[in-house]
Amino acid sequence: MEVAEKKNKNKRYKPILEAIPDWPVYQLSKNRKEFIEEVAQKAFQEIRKNRPTTKQLVDEVEATVYREQQRMKRNRWRVDPADEPRFWGDLKEELVALTAKPVEEQQLKAEELLYRIVSRYAGEIAGNFKPNSYRLTREIVKFWFARLLNGARVKKFGAFFRNRYTLRDKIQIVGKVKQLRTLAKEGTVVMVPTHFSNLDSILIGWIIHSLGLPAFIYGAGLNLFNIKIFAYFMNSLGAYKVDRRKKNVPYLETLKFYSMSAVQKGAHSIFFPGGTRSRSGAIENHLKLGLLSSTIEAQRNLYMETPEGQPVRKIFIVPVTLNYHFVLEAPDLIDEYLSAKGRDRYLPEQDKYGSWQLIQFLFKFFTKGSNISVSIGRGLDVMGNYVDDVGQSLDAQGRVIETRDYFVSQGEVTIDKQREDEYTRMLSQKIVTEYHSINRVFASHLVAFVAFEMWQKKHPKLDLFGLLRLPEEDQVLLYEEFRAACKRVRKQIYHLKSEGKVYHATHLKGNIDLVIRLGLENVGIFHLKRPLLMNKEGNIITRDFNTLYYYHNRLDGYELEKFI
Amino acid sequence: MSSKSLSDDKPIGVIGAGNFGSVVANLLARQRNVLLYARDPRVVERINATRENRGHALDPRVIATNDLAMVADRCEVLFPIVPSAHFRSLMRQLSPWLHPYHILIHGTKGFDVTLPDGQTIDSIDKLDRSMVKTMSEVIQEETVAVRVGCLAGPNLSRELAEGHPGATVIASHFNEVFNIGKRLLRNEHFQVYGNNDIVGVELAGVLKNVIAIAAGALNGMGYGENARGLLVSRGMVEMVYLGRALGGNTKAFLGVAGVGDLVTTCNSSLSRNFTVGHRLAKGERLSDILQSTDEIAEGINTVKVAKKCADQYKVRAPITKTLYQVLFEDMTVKKALEYLMRYPLNVDIDFLSEDHD
Repeated sequence: MEVAEKKNKNKRYKPILEAIPDWPVYQLSKNRKEFIEEVAQKAFQEIRKNRPTTKQLVDEVEATVYREQQRMKRNRWRVDPADEPRFWGDLKEELVALTAKPVEEQQLKAEELLYRIVSRYAGEIAGNFKPNSYRLTREIVKFWFARLLNGARVKKFGAFFRNRYTLRDKIQIVGKVKQLRTLAKEGTVVMVPTHFSNLDSILIGWIIHSLGLPAFIYGAGLNLFNIKIFAYFMNSLGAYKVDRRKKNVPYLETLKFYSMSAVQKGAHSIFFPGGTRSRSGAIENHLKLGLLSSTIEAQRNLYMETPEGQPVRKIFIVPVTLNYHFVLEAPDLIDEYLSAKGRDRYLPEQDKYGSWQLIQFLFKFFTKGSNISVSIGRGLDVMGNYVDDVGQSLDAQGRVIETRDYFVSQGEVTIDKQREDEYTRMLSQKIVTEYHSINRVFASHLVAFVAFEMWQKKHPKLDLFGLLRLPEEDQVLLYEEFRAACKRVRKQIYHLKSEGKVYHATHLKGNIDLVIRLGLENVGIFHLKRPLLMNKEGNIITRDFNTLYYYHNRLDGYELEKFI
Repeated sequence: MSSKSLSDDKPIGVIGAGNFGSVVANLLARQRNVLLYARDPRVVERINATRENRGHALDPRVIATNDLAMVADRCEVLFPIVPSAHFRSLMRQLSPWLHPYHILIHGTKGFDVTLPDGQTIDSIDKLDRSMVKTMSEVIQEETVAVRVGCLAGPNLSRELAEGHPGATVIASHFNEVFNIGKRLLRNEHFQVYGNNDIVGVELAGVLKNVIAIAAGALNGMGYGENARGLLVSRGMVEMVYLGRALGGNTKAFLGVAGVGDLVTTCNSSLSRNFTVGHRLAKGERLSDILQSTDEIAEGINTVKVAKKCADQYKVRAPITKTLYQVLFEDMTVKKALEYLMRYPLNVDIDFLSEDHD
């Protein structure tokens, strides 16, 4: 059964820049070689600056080589280049030969080795955007999605080749679309979405295309390139590669300068500021400050380096939330979360989902009633101030202010690392607040939240782990009680919405019984064990408490538990 | 570096020509020209004519003015020093003239309280942190300024004016703010320390006023040093607990702005809060005391706020709560002391070991 969703007003958007050669990302890939060179140079300078003595420099190179060799021994991936062992092996030998040499020679050699390392890293990281492959991918995606949709939904012979449904019917885009399109023309957009599923990057890619925006670049986990379908899509969409196994200083610096220089050059970017997918299912609370600080640094550099008289290109931060009824990886994510919480142990990145699982999921997704919605937030400057429709920063009273002034000390733009660290912290708080206020509550989030909290309330003495092991006979909620609690929480959600603190889907309104039914039908819809069901007596039960907890967490942080 | 020296010529703004404001203006005038803002045009006229304010002879480099926009326009660094009750409205007036490059270092020790419609501070039972703000939080709510700092510590105006040795803390999240404040204020008699827990430092400066009133009361009763030692140390514990409940870290309370300020204020008959306590113990009523003094004792309002926050966050705060009864519920100082001496509590210090912040 489908509860009527408000008439989908998603429309087709014209591209803001018609020709691909005008796109910043294309410019970047056309000059790929120079760009890699530039990034390597910057990273090299930075590392050398922070390692003033020869000994420190040699130590750094040695540590890096050692860690890389360890990585290759323990954890090699399909995507890793074949010449890797040779490269690091050679470096190792040259390092060993170095120990007997005089200091001056050591310094020179160490610098050379470091430069070789960062150059290699820059090459590994760099994306490879190809216009032709981009166009092809776009068409393939559109064609197959349309086939899937129509074949699955219209159960008539030949429906496979009709175009009655498009992705637009499945994926709703709400929020400040128009502003986003203007900002992408006025300046450089850094989109910061919440991160729940590996599907996010593909979804975002599709959204950016369908909003008529030029391709954005983004850092995708190298592990995703192990999955062939993903690798193809991402290579052609402008992804650069982030290898989370590499935690050494030269790699991290190179990565930082890669993303920063790209933003500075005007390439629209996507950062997932939560770092990895949210394990608990809650909206990100603690953001990775590294990427955010590099946007602030990029903006400051633009203020310092743009020649006088020329307009300074402004960087806009656009928070985005992705709202799902169902997250493919939910059961595994929450298991990881719980075991980490329970024992505080290291969690390896792992993916159990190959191409086949993905296609299966997509098919299910299109055949059954499950929608995705994407909320585009209001644009911010790098300080977290709202910007107006032409990109001017506004203070709380709506007065136009200069972002440049935040970097000014005694009349000049200055570099102050500590100041910018503080700004980064402020920006991150602002983004978290924005996430919560543009988050779109679905019926499935409501029922999951209410059910879990009711169980918690019935067993106040149990901690989380005790609650998750609740005996089966206690895992029943009377429908009438559940219904009343849903109503109270929904009312509070309305109230929060009127204060601008959250958003909700239109399907949340109306007859509460229908809303609950819609919620129950959709929450974690494709999991083998459903997190929430109605039993034969019409009461509420769960088959998977952990996953229920996961979907419940989506509404964490709004203090809704007071209304249970 | 021509632009730097140009910038060094910019005057420093002091907003609020009260007692402390005048002293700070004089301290700053040792380094730079100072614009001293006063709300009342007559006060401005009088200051510029007599070169004197609140008993302080003003440095020739201090110029009084009534033009807030001009102060904001000509100065990059501003020191707002006005009573907490007027602080928010002042920030609203100032806000249109401020830019993100402005640095604000305030010297106000008090709370800002914003209540739900129809409530007053007396009618409301409990106060939570969304209603009670420190001055730095008010600045950030009302203006575009982010580089904000606060001046705290044992700063008895008269001693500072006479050039006795003293010290202050400048607390800010920004090293830049601390460095500028230090450059402007430090001299051979005056040491400047930095602290990055601005809210903790503000809370310490505010909450110590409660203990100062109590110290005055003890003194008024004619009790000696043992009693005062007891009060200061127990008062300290209470400040730490309340301060932590309101978002400060323990460390701020152990520094110059905490212990330093507390000991000073509790030993000084120069302090307004101390005087209020003293007169209470002599049997005067609060309303009479308030009528006979022109400067505001921030501590009285703070007692109300602190007591109601302690209720909200379930903090054990016997001194604050008893003092509240003395001030507003007609308990006598004698009765209050009897009660406190019977208070069942026998652990001396228990906040250091469990402190993880």
